[in-house]
Amino acid sequence: MTDSDRVLLPRMRTPEEIQPLVAGCLRGLEFEAKPAFGELVVTIPAASAVEACRRLKSDPDLRFDYLRCLSGVDLGEGLEVVYHLFSVSKRHKMALKAAVAKDDPRLASVVGVWKGADWHEREAAEMFGIDFEGHPHLKTLLLIDGFEGHPLLKSFTIGGIPSDEEEANVKNG
Amino acid sequence: MSRTVETEFPTVDMMLNMGPQHPSTHGVFRIVVTVDGERIVDCEPYIGYLHRGVEKLCENYGYRQVIPLFDRLDYLSAFNSEHTLVMAVEKLMGIQVPERAEYVRVALNELNRIASHFLFYGTFGMEAGALTPFLYGFIARERIQQIFEAVGGGRLTHNFMRVGGIKYDVPADFKERVLELLPYLEQGLSDCVNLLSENEIFLARTRGISPMSAEDAIDFGLSGPVLRASGVAVDLRRYDPYSIYDRFEFEIPVGANGDTYDRYVIRVEEVNQSLRIIRQALEQMPDGPTIGNAPRVIRPPAGEVYVRTECPRGDFGVYLVSKGGPMPYRLKIRAPSFCNLMALRQMLQGTYVADSVMILGSLDIVLGEVDR
Amino acid sequence: MDIAGVYLDPVVISIIGVILILSFVLLTVLFLTYLERKVMGHIQMRLGPMRVGFHGALQAPADAIKLLVKEDLIPATADNWVFRFAPYVVFAPVLLVFMAVPFARDWVVANLDLGLFYIVAVPGLAIVGLFMAGWASNNKYALLGAVRCVAQMVSYELPLVIAILGVAMLAESLSLSEIVKKQDVFPFILVQPIAFVIYIVASLAELNRTPFDIPVAESEVIGGPHIEYSGMRWGTFYLAEYGNAFAIAAICATVFLGGWQGPGLHPFVWFMIKTYIIVFLIFWLRATLPRLRVDQLMGFAWKALLPLSFLNLLLTAMFVLYGWLVFAIAIVVSIAAIVLGYAIWRSRQTSRQASFVRPATVLLIEAAGGDGQ
Repeated sequence: MTDSDRVLLPRMRTPEEIQPLVAGCLRGLEFEAKPAFGELVVTIPAASAVEACRRLKSDPDLRFDYLRCLSGVDLGEGLEVVYHLFSVSKRHKMALKAAVAKDDPRLASVVGVWKGADWHEREAAEMFGIDFEGHPHLKTLLLIDGFEGHPLLKSFTIGGIPSDEEEANVKNG
Repeated sequence: MSRTVETEFPTVDMMLNMGPQHPSTHGVFRIVVTVDGERIVDCEPYIGYLHRGVEKLCENYGYRQVIPLFDRLDYLSAFNSEHTLVMAVEKLMGIQVPERAEYVRVALNELNRIASHFLFYGTFGMEAGALTPFLYGFIARERIQQIFEAVGGGRLTHNFMRVGGIKYDVPADFKERVLELLPYLEQGLSDCVNLLSENEIFLARTRGISPMSAEDAIDFGLSGPVLRASGVAVDLRRYDPYSIYDRFEFEIPVGANGDTYDRYVIRVEEVNQSLRIIRQALEQMPDGPTIGNAPRVIRPPAGEVYVRTECPRGDFGVYLVSKGGPMPYRLKIRAPSFCNLMALRQMLQGTYVADSVMILGSLDIVLGEVDR
Repeated sequence: MDIAGVYLDPVVISIIGVILILSFVLLTVLFLTYLERKVMGHIQMRLGPMRVGFHGALQAPADAIKLLVKEDLIPATADNWVFRFAPYVVFAPVLLVFMAVPFARDWVVANLDLGLFYIVAVPGLAIVGLFMAGWASNNKYALLGAVRCVAQMVSYELPLVIAILGVAMLAESLSLSEIVKKQDVFPFILVQPIAFVIYIVASLAELNRTPFDIPVAESEVIGGPHIEYSGMRWGTFYLAEYGNAFAIAAICATVFLGGWQGPGLHPFVWFMIKTYIIVFLIFWLRATLPRLRVDQLMGFAWKALLPLSFLNLLLTAMFVLYGWLVFAIAIVVSIAAIVLGYAIWRSRQTSRQASFVRPATVLLIEAAGGDGQ
């Protein structure tokens, strides 16, 4: 791209601008949306996550064609899978969060929506024990074969160092 | 009677294990390829040999202690990784970074990008079987490393960025030294280009090898030069601007075919553009403080940010979740090499064994950040 | 035969010759390894070996000692005898080649009538050794390398032989001594420039050296047939490689550059000067060029070198029949045609300028109706 092509770039849209579009796209699904730190954050139940992803990708006004990142988070009471989305052709971004129950960590895979979700899901699966249903190749990625436990869960401690934040706060003063 | 020959001499696909100790896997990457003669039928990448659990470590360290860990992810562009992390914390805490610190950061980021691309040039030449590019690339890179040594004391792991600015001001002669270095780098780059870029054998080895379409590249979440080679002009410095990159004039090279040659030539051209940015940054660099009003104990408010920057290898993202404590609650690192490597399986299919090392080389992975 | 008044049996002379050649080749190889590291070092803006002896002069003996005292590892699954035997099968042809090379007037161990045929045929035996090494190692990389070796050999023998036929036509003899004697007026390279280039290219392929080091490619098959070898067995392959490089250069000097012919200096000095020019050329190419892919190499051999070698035969025939004038016209026309053909071929390749094309995103955005700000 030369500087002369710069004019062809669409303006970066703010989260407030795409919020109604996302609301329209996800009509019929249960969700909650609020902008935070320059990004629209949408929370959605695990059951409808794939459907939401598929709609967000194919919606002609949104076209979230690029999966920036897929992260698992252990919130203590439950797990969460966060999809950071980006639209290369429309130049806007958002985060989609799917809450996953800790006792039954299951979530449908989005490999069918973005191929790039493949290794991210494998990583989240081994680190958090989330079962991504429909993933074609869900085996260990970074950990050695036969590794016990899911390291990024807060219940997993390393070398006796408390991983629970409260305890750590006490330790560090 | 070709059919009887086929039944009399059936061929069997061979499994070939490349790595983790293969010289062309850039460290400890392992890939099991199924080959029919020299042609690759299928492949299965294995990673994790360098997994150190950085994300888990981050949850147990204070924010200042996390910065050195980021040096050790993409150790060939440590400044860029550090920058991403401190930007995430700054964004969460709403800290304003002084102007001078921003300019120094940009200059160092771009120098690091050049150093990384020179190293890519060297190793890529090596994989093509040429021995001299390796030395040419390293000689040019060495001069940049000397600047880094003068700035932060380290050559690879700098630990120089701080939340709110930089550790301390750059040496008084920083500007002169870098300005002196730039023509040398230009000369080095043109030497490199003359040696390899137009070589007929090199062209035969790289042009048209494993092209990646723009749609596929986006779908795989590729980023950086690998994405731009496919013709997608997404450079976050321009497309999702951060820091002060919107103040500089530079162009974004994009490829036409997305083949191995494009992936190579884009990095070479990016060096030129980085040189432009450095020159502008040095010209505009003001005097002043180099660290903002960051508190002594960094305790970001509860919240979460996703920050990404354009590293030499692509889109380096940090997803930081804070619960208000002195340590990150969750820190997910989106490593560009990790995502680019995902596409390898598709890229390798139908190519030759000899091509496979070139294709892997053109992705320019660093296992430190793939395995984290 | 009398030498210095003492009668010596021809068998004794042959044995002395063999011993002389063996020591000469081994010493030359030691020197060549040092020379290559120095030449490549300076091409790559570094110094090369500097620590052992004056400017690293003792580096080669130091390496040789290291190799000799290293443990000789043989993989448990290797085919033991074949594995042990292979390096010598590779090394023997190198010595055999030198038997027929005239180092100076009458300085030749075996003045064969079929010398030219002999020096083309014998190096081919080395491939057997390499394949033995690749097969016996019981290693997939070694096997791949060995298969590449054989494929490469088959492709390159033919252009090499046909290219060198032109020399036989000019000299009207297959004896190397005769060929050198015929070059007292002008070296054959003046009449055989195309054959000279084909010979260098094809021998590089036979040598497995850059840009045709495909069978031993370090970055792909990690040394190919050599992968499982260590210590002096590996060293023997190394000796063979450099011995071969020297043999190729010596043959090239003999056949195309007039061998030991030259004014003033001792014929042996002339021979060495010419040989080392070719040796330097081989090292220079190694430091400059990347490596071809195996299918490209075959394509190049069959589609480019083979037709060119036939063209060379035709041109030589013209020279023999009609003399200098017709030949000069013909060769200028042919080289012009080759260059033109290459230029046309190259211009028909798609534009190599990859950067600054109109990016696909912009097209995507336009298609999606980007608001253009």
